[in-house]
Amino acid sequence: MTTTLDTAPDSAPVDLEGNGQPLVDKTFRWILFLCLAVGIIFLAVLLAYVTIKGWPRLTPTLWENMPSIRRPERAGAQSAITGTLWVIAFTALFALPIGFLGAVYMEEYANPASRFTRFVEINIQNLAAVPSIVYGILGLAIFARALALGQTVITAGLTLALLVLPVIIVSTREALRAVPQNIRHGSLALGATLWQTTWRQTMPAAIPGMATGTILALSRAIGEAAPLLLLGAVSFISFNPTGPFSAYTTLPIQIFNWTKESREEFQILASATIVLLLVILLAMNAVAILIRNRTQKRW
Amino acid sequence: MTTTLVESAPGGLNPLRQTKPRYGEKVIRVILFAAAAVSILTTFGIVISVLIPSLEFFAEIPITEFLFTTTWTPLFANPQYGVLPLIMGTLVITLIAVLIAIPLGLGSAIYLSEYASPKARKVLKPTLEVLAGIPTVVFGFFALEFITEFVLKPIFPGIQVFNALSAGIVMGIMIIPTIASLSEDAMAAVPAGLRDGAYALGATKRQTALRVVVPAALSGIVAAFVLGISRAIGETMIVTVAAGLQPNMTLNPLEGMQTMTSYIAAAGAGDVATGSIEYKSIFAVGLLLFVITFFMNMVSIRLVRKYRQAYQ
Amino acid sequence: MSEIHEPDAPQSTSDMAMTGRMDVSAALEGVDISETVSNIVFDLANVRVFYGDFEAVRDVTMQIGRNEITAFIGPSGCGKSTLLRSFNRMNDLIPGARVEGLLAYHGFDIYAPDVDPIEVRRRIGMVFQKPNVFPKSIYENVAYGPKVNGMKVNMDDLVEECLTRAALWDEVKDDLKKSAYALSGGQQQRLVIARCIAVKPEVILMDEPCASLDPIATAKIEDLMKELAKDYTIVIVTHNMQQAARVSERTAFFTADVDANGVRHGRLVEYGPTRRIFTAPHDPRTEDYISGRFG
Repeated sequence: MTTTLDTAPDSAPVDLEGNGQPLVDKTFRWILFLCLAVGIIFLAVLLAYVTIKGWPRLTPTLWENMPSIRRPERAGAQSAITGTLWVIAFTALFALPIGFLGAVYMEEYANPASRFTRFVEINIQNLAAVPSIVYGILGLAIFARALALGQTVITAGLTLALLVLPVIIVSTREALRAVPQNIRHGSLALGATLWQTTWRQTMPAAIPGMATGTILALSRAIGEAAPLLLLGAVSFISFNPTGPFSAYTTLPIQIFNWTKESREEFQILASATIVLLLVILLAMNAVAILIRNRTQKRW
Repeated sequence: MTTTLVESAPGGLNPLRQTKPRYGEKVIRVILFAAAAVSILTTFGIVISVLIPSLEFFAEIPITEFLFTTTWTPLFANPQYGVLPLIMGTLVITLIAVLIAIPLGLGSAIYLSEYASPKARKVLKPTLEVLAGIPTVVFGFFALEFITEFVLKPIFPGIQVFNALSAGIVMGIMIIPTIASLSEDAMAAVPAGLRDGAYALGATKRQTALRVVVPAALSGIVAAFVLGISRAIGETMIVTVAAGLQPNMTLNPLEGMQTMTSYIAAAGAGDVATGSIEYKSIFAVGLLLFVITFFMNMVSIRLVRKYRQAYQ
Repeated sequence: MSEIHEPDAPQSTSDMAMTGRMDVSAALEGVDISETVSNIVFDLANVRVFYGDFEAVRDVTMQIGRNEITAFIGPSGCGKSTLLRSFNRMNDLIPGARVEGLLAYHGFDIYAPDVDPIEVRRRIGMVFQKPNVFPKSIYENVAYGPKVNGMKVNMDDLVEECLTRAALWDEVKDDLKKSAYALSGGQQQRLVIARCIAVKPEVILMDEPCASLDPIATAKIEDLMKELAKDYTIVIVTHNMQQAARVSERTAFFTADVDANGVRHGRLVEYGPTRRIFTAPHDPRTEDYISGRFG
């Protein structure tokens, strides 16, 4: 297989491989790789640490029992799990329709050149970067106090819905944009109206992308704690919510409460609850990635 | 060659006229518009909810005292409202985070964009993005229980249990994905022709990355930095859990400090009487936080638009 | 267009210019027809199409006849597709697009303010360059138009009728519930035609319908077009001159003027019976194009 092209390297006047500074270049490459590795190693250590530390309490008592201040060895996080489910259900109830419809307006109806459209676009980009605690202030002032909804499941759901709305709008718009233009044109050319086209053709074709973005947005809401600190979730709750106007706590808040306790048993409990929370979030992410990979390259 | 046009005056004769008045379409358009307008109402709601109590606050505490004095003791019998210690705490922790996140985030971005094989990229990028999906309360717990305890204490035996350093380090790691992902987008937008031109002149991969790609993507990279810093300033749970709740006018990262966000969280979570000056102080600090992050977000959005325009 | 041309005359012209000319005469079919369009469906007077300030099509005056196949030919960028899309107001979907002059359908101005583009598109159907079937079943692709238009019909019968007319029924009758994406490109394009005739239009606009198809699939579509021309008025844009020669009764040749700034503006050069356009063009630019010296 050796040919005459394989000339002796030391006699070659042109350096084809080493680029003159092999050491500097190789070192540079390794430094870059280390930059990336730091984040990934950190993630691995974090996951290992909480799993090992929480392991003794990763038992059914974690979801069967209620929180307890006196007896950490028997305390569980059931009220936080049910509270999270209640709050996320209301978040989804408010955020999904508004997010989808708003995205449809921006992508299918609005004139992209108009000042108003550009203003809304910049506004959404900014909202996506507003600190989550500021949403807590909004929830406290508007939903809890001004609308007198109090520190309840529905206040938390509304607040988190506004928090994730920009994420849902942006991802839904991307999903709609990925639907080929010629499907819209095919429908419109048959005399379908804009809404018939959107509802019967464009949106169904965008469902996988919308689902992926929605799952990621809701998993962000599940992990969010800061705004709920202002909305009553920190009080000691050892009962499951009974309805939208019930008091509540959530998993991240329960973790926060246990972190503040000085006894080591509570730290173990916090670790176990973190593992539970991360398993839920990673499962949601996996589903999102699965949907994305399944439906890639449909057109 | 005369074109005769049927005058479409008599109603209903023109077959191209609308046959039924599609009211539904109009109603739907209004509903969709309203949904899009919710985002504007949200911004409006934020501004109203921080501004009104803040104005009441500044009616009692002069804004100059708020902005330029150095004692923050809202719980004392004789409370003082000088916000500088909270700003100091925010700055110190953000600075630590930035010192970690900017080199690591940019390095990761260059590696992913210029060096990683498509296969490696497909694995590494989502893995890095998992970091962005970890709830911040978990990061706070890890900073307090692991970083302070097992990493920092052996190095700095005198470090306080609650300290700025652990919070800053973990926050830095937290914003790596933000910076890496946005920087990489900007670098990916650099036309291949620029790279090819550099290679054709005999530049190495490193020279091309540092002297061609990074400068060409600079406005996008700076946008990523600004957004990352904005996220660090607004981050609440890590500092609330790991940095302590003691306002502290110091530059020593081994001590505990309170930030703007952790003050809002602590005061808001406690039993504060509505209408009290302490209650209103939550909103005054919130207003300051909103204004700072709003300004930074706008800078970042502008910069991103700039590079998009340049390469599209 | 008042000039009636003699059927015999072109043959000699064609023979004289035989050298170097693409042999399209073999493809020419049918009888010679009058230069004057008798049964007018579309009447265009000084039609201009703009995108913003850019004039994509300049000053077109022509008439399109009922149950005829009219072909638009010409080099890329000559505005033929743009003009076609203004016939059923598909150009409305492009921000900044507007039409000046008069574009009348049976004497009604398509761009009059009280005209509803949706009604226009119901009567004037369109088949696109790439077969754009919907990501649904074959059955639903055909049934979609009648459904959105609220037509009260027996849907099963209509689907069968349209698929039969589109020469697709025998191939798909057992797979109606299958995804339309499972069909070949040629079958997809025939499905698009079936979908189009399901809303009972009068006109079918075809924008390079065979551009992405192989010769066998193309032949099938061409046969189908000739069959459909008995009931429908067809306007087809094509890059393929043989196709225009094979299927159309009339041909319009467009070209692009390049202005001082290097911007291309489409313009109609010559319009007449296909046989005459291909054998005895009046304009030297038509002559150059069909003899392969240009474009």
